[in-house]
This record gives sequence, structure tokens and C-alpha cells, in this order.
Amino acid sequence: MKNCEYQQIDPQALTTPTPTPAPTPAPTPSARPCPEKKKPKRLKRKWEVFPGKNRFYCDGRIIVARQSGVLPLTVGLILVTSGLFFIFDCPFLVKHLTGCIPVIGGVLFVLVFISLLQTSFTDPGILPRATPEEAADIEKQIDNPTGSSSSSYRPPPRTKEVVINQQVVKLKYCFTCKIFRPPRTSHCSLCDNCVERFDHHCPWVGNCVGKRNYRFFYMFIVSLSFLTAFIFGCVTTHLALRSQGGKGLVFALQESPARYPFSYDSIVYFILYEQVHLFLCVKVHVYCPLLLSTALELVVCFFSVWSILGLSGFHTYLVAANLTTNEDIKGSWSGKSGNEETGNPYSYNSIFKNCCSVLCGPMPPSLIDRRGYVPSEEAAEIGPTEIELPAAKNDINMCAQGTKGLLETATRSPFLSSPCPQAKGQAVPPPPALDALPNIAAASSSPAPAPSPAPSPSPRPAPGQPKASRERPAATSSHRHHSHHRSKSKRTTAQAHNPTHASSSPAPQGPRHNHGSRSRKDSKSRDPKFTSLH
Amino acid sequence: MATLFHNLQDLRHTASLATKVFIQRDYSEGTLCRFHTKFPAELDSRIERTLFEETIKTLNNYYAEAEKIGGRSYLEGCLACASAYIIFLCMETRYEKVLKKISTYIQEQNEKIYAPRGLLITDPIERGMRVIEISIFEDRSSSESSSSSSTTSSSSAR
Repeated sequence: MKNCEYQQIDPQALTTPTPTPAPTPAPTPSARPCPEKKKPKRLKRKWEVFPGKNRFYCDGRIIVARQSGVLPLTVGLILVTSGLFFIFDCPFLVKHLTGCIPVIGGVLFVLVFISLLQTSFTDPGILPRATPEEAADIEKQIDNPTGSSSSSYRPPPRTKEVVINQQVVKLKYCFTCKIFRPPRTSHCSLCDNCVERFDHHCPWVGNCVGKRNYRFFYMFIVSLSFLTAFIFGCVTTHLALRSQGGKGLVFALQESPARYPFSYDSIVYFILYEQVHLFLCVKVHVYCPLLLSTALELVVCFFSVWSILGLSGFHTYLVAANLTTNEDIKGSWSGKSGNEETGNPYSYNSIFKNCCSVLCGPMPPSLIDRRGYVPSEEAAEIGPTEIELPAAKNDINMCAQGTKGLLETATRSPFLSSPCPQAKGQAVPPPPALDALPNIAAASSSPAPAPSPAPSPSPRPAPGQPKASRERPAATSSHRHHSHHRSKSKRTTAQAHNPTHASSSPAPQGPRHNHGSRSRKDSKSRDPKFTSLH
Repeated sequence: MATLFHNLQDLRHTASLATKVFIQRDYSEGTLCRFHTKFPAELDSRIERTLFEETIKTLNNYYAEAEKIGGRSYLEGCLACASAYIIFLCMETRYEKVLKKISTYIQEQNEKIYAPRGLLITDPIERGMRVIEISIFEDRSSSESSSSSSTTSSSSAR
């Protein structure tokens, strides 16, 4: 992910499916053997037509939310504070204490940075939206039991009940994604996606935290709390050691030993006192950079220690109980709804097993297949008559391709081209059946008695599929969503996290948390656009 | 195998997509990936119940194996944690290996059992692991008159 090139979303940058040489090298499969194709159409990757509000970099390898939130601020704070620490404090401490200090600091810093990048750039567990047939099938199942409720413009919110571990859980229908959300899945209105095991949308990392990146997020906040505590301790030690050179420490203790009982606040007062003392005793031009750097580090670390330690503690509790922030805030399993027997049905009732399953469990795959190709109608029309099923069969990577290839050939025409098996490991979903049916009828020129005139089907379906795929971004781009969740300052967050640690009040995490109800209101306007795809 | 190929090519040449059946997820055991084994009514005339159920049960077993929390997955998780999860960039996870096995299995089932009966199973991973999509094909030669009428209507619509 860090070695690839950043590519603009530029149609010209990607190779075309013809044998002609591409203008720039791109990580796409080799030229497709479709020599008979007249119009070179660029095949789009799925991330280019992704309906959610995400941004993609490195040709789909990196995914972030549309609003990066305060991720640059997070990165900047970490870099600046750590940089100041290494520049100003480490040399002194190495000389006076031990050489391990920069090593430990370096290890912690690297850990923090890597886990932050992984949290920000990993797919959190986004569920792809339902295909039109799937949505129609679900609608059919819903409408049948309810009978004739078509008189009302808006049917009541759809829910389905399932029993999980002898407990009734309601699955809600997502109007945007047209699916019944699996348990623990929630729709993030900022990203406009359903995310599995949705925890919260974190503006500090600029991404949702869900099933796939929760372990990275947890590692990030734990290592960050260690790093901030470490830097705070080192800075304090640095100042304390410096003050021993003068009479600062002794002076302070002699002056008022009782006024500063040993407590966290006393350390802060002591440091501030020492700063003033040093400022008065030492020459200003020597002291200024040290003063500024330590002041900045102390301010940052002071708030960080409170907020990040609190957050780490809170998430450790969640991990041990196998809960998500979403569930904890809503009180799904704490009996607030008045149910007698509510407990977490997903918990293994053992702290060790809960921790292991959340943090060390198998890493689920990404379901959205960002780098796969969107199947285009024109690629399938002209090509060799024979399917390359033997080739697809032999390669395990292409097993899925073989099945899909079969489906495409069966649904489209005899003229399946070989591009599909060529794309190594790229999933090419079959086209919607509703688009495919006219194709079959029209492209049935291979058997001799063809009722329709043998067309050149390439121009006709060309508007079809790209239009369908392009309508989706249009549908989502027409809906502008305002961000309500920018945290303005770290102080707000720090204060917000304090009560979070102490109790489970919903207010602190409120600004960060997106409820599904908001997305439903927004997605009402999108329903007509979805039906227009049919 | 040549006979099967012949069947698949026949499917391609003569079949048209009639409808799709969706096998939904079974959440009775939590968020683990399982599918309902209930036999859908649309497949009643197409395939034997036992064959269908065996396919679904084998798929469920594969998914359970992929998501099993045991010694090996802990080892993989701890190793990944120790390497700051960089190892995920280099190594294929156990889940991905099982997914490949599932793809092979589904293709094999399609070739041997489902395609000769005019059915096709789509790998659930392509549907976000939400459903198993089974496409039902009808023999085009038997419904040529209806397809020709739909052809003229579709060509006039275009």
C-alpha cells in the first residue's frame, strides 16, 4: 500500500482493453485478446462506481471516508510532539539516564503510526449494496406477509426478528442499501455505507471503525496512550533533572512542602513552577526553545493522557464484554428497553475468549472488491465463441471467474470474450438479469434461425451498462450530506472522554456517533433513483 | 468431463435466465456465516432436495472452518499483532485460503450437479456474503416463441 503510486481518477490513465499499448503503466491485466473489437472502451474498476461516500487512492487499494475529518490534525499532533521529544528531550535523557529512552520512544512511535494508517486506510467491513434482483426478492418477501399495505405512501419501518442464542434480535431494513442489516451492522450516514459490527465513525482517523479495522483502532489507542504517557514522563523527568542543577527542586520543597501534596495536580504545578523558575534563573536565549517545546509537549500530553487513557480503558471494557460503542450507547443489552432477560448474545461469557475473538480472531475479507472490474456489455459481445472454461478451471484463482464466465455466457450471448478469465482473481459479477434478458434475445444470432436481425450488439448495450453504473454515483452525489461530527478541539474531546470512562452516558460519544435513523431519512430521497436503475 | 462441458455449452447456447432464488443468511448462531438449509419451492422440480441440502451444508462447514476461533487462528492473530499487522500485507490469511476452497467447490458443484439441471450457483462472496444466489435457466428451445416475442418487443423498445 505504501509502495504504489497515487493515481488520479483519470480515465486515460488506465489501460484500455484493446491490444494497443496503454499510455501509462497501470496495474491492470494484460491486453485482452479481443482483436475484433471496434470500440476500445476502458473497463472501470469497481471503486470508481462505488455508491458510498468514500474516496479511493492507489487505484482502489486505499479507502478513506469522504471527509477526512481531523486525520491531518491527528497525524500532525503525533509527529510534532514526537519530533519535539526526540529533538529536545532525548539527548539530555540519554546523557543523564539511559540510552533506552529513544529506542522505546521510537518503537512506540512506529507502532502508533502504523496502526493509525491501518485504521484509516482499511475497509472497515462495508457491506455492498443489494443487486436489483436481490432487492426485488426481499421486497417480494416483505410485501407478501403484510398483504395490501400499498395504500400508504411509506410503509412502516421494516424489521425482521431472529433468535440468536435464545434471544430475540431485531434486524432492521436499510433503505439505502436495500438489505436487511445483519446483526451488529449499522449504516454510517457519513460514509453512506452499512458497516459490519459498526463501532463508531471516528473523525480522528477519518474512517469508520468496524469489524475489519477494530483491532487496528484498539492497537492505535493503546499504543498512543503508552506513547503519550511515556513522553509525559520523560518530559517531567527532563525538567526535574534540569532543575536539580540549580536549586530549583530543593528550593521548591523547602519553601512549601505541604502546599503541594503528591498528586497529579501537584506534578503539574511543580512543572509549571519549575518552568518559571528556570526562566528566571537561566538565560532566555538558551531556555526559549526548551521552554516552548516542553510547554507544547506538556499541553498535548496532558490532554492526551486524560482523553486517550480514558478511551483505551473504555474500549478495553468493550472488548472484554464483546460490545460495540454503538450497542453500549444505545443500551441494547443493558436492559434499558425494559426486557427482563437481556444480555449480550454475542458474548462468550469469558473475558479471555471475548478478547481473543475480537482482537485475535480471523481477519474477514473485504466484501466490496474495490479493484475488481465492472463488467461492461461491449466486452462481452465480440469475441471467440468458445468459453475458456478449461483454462479457468485449472487455475484456482479463476474458479470464481469460471462460474461467472458461465453465468455471463449463459445470460448474454455465445460471444463471450476471454477477458473475464484473463483478469487474475478479479471478480466480475454477472450483469443484472434485467439488463441481460434483452441481450440474450437480441444477440441470439449464433443459432441459425435468428428471429431478430443479427445485430452488432456492441453499440446498443454500450449505453446500458455504463449508464447503469454511472447512475449510482449520480444518485449519491446528488445527495449532499452535512457533517455534524467535526470535533473542534482536543479539549472538547478530552472533556467528552472523561465522563465516558466513568459512565456510559451517551452524550460524549454522541457527536461521533451516527444513528441509522438519520440515514433512513436521507435515503428516502434516494429511493426513486434506485428504482430508476431497473 | 466432455459430456459435462457439452452440457455447459448447451446451457450457454440454449438457456435463458428465468429467475433467481436467494438463500438468505441464518443468524441463529450469531454473526457467523451460515445459510438457511430450507429447500426453496422454486427448485422443487429442478433438483433433489438432498443434493441441495448437502451443498448448503458443505458451504456452511467451510465458512465455519474459516471463522473458527481456535489455536491456529489465535496464533495467526497474535503473530499479526506482534508484527503490527504488517503481516496481513504479505501473507494470505486463513480466511482467504478457505474462500478459495469454497470457490473451487462451488465451481465443481456447478459443473457436476447444477449446470446439467439448468441451475447456477453464484459464490456468496460476490454478493457480500449475504445470500447464495441460484440462477434458474430455462431451455430456450422449448420457449422459442416466447423469446422471439420478447425479442421483438425489446428490439422495438431500444
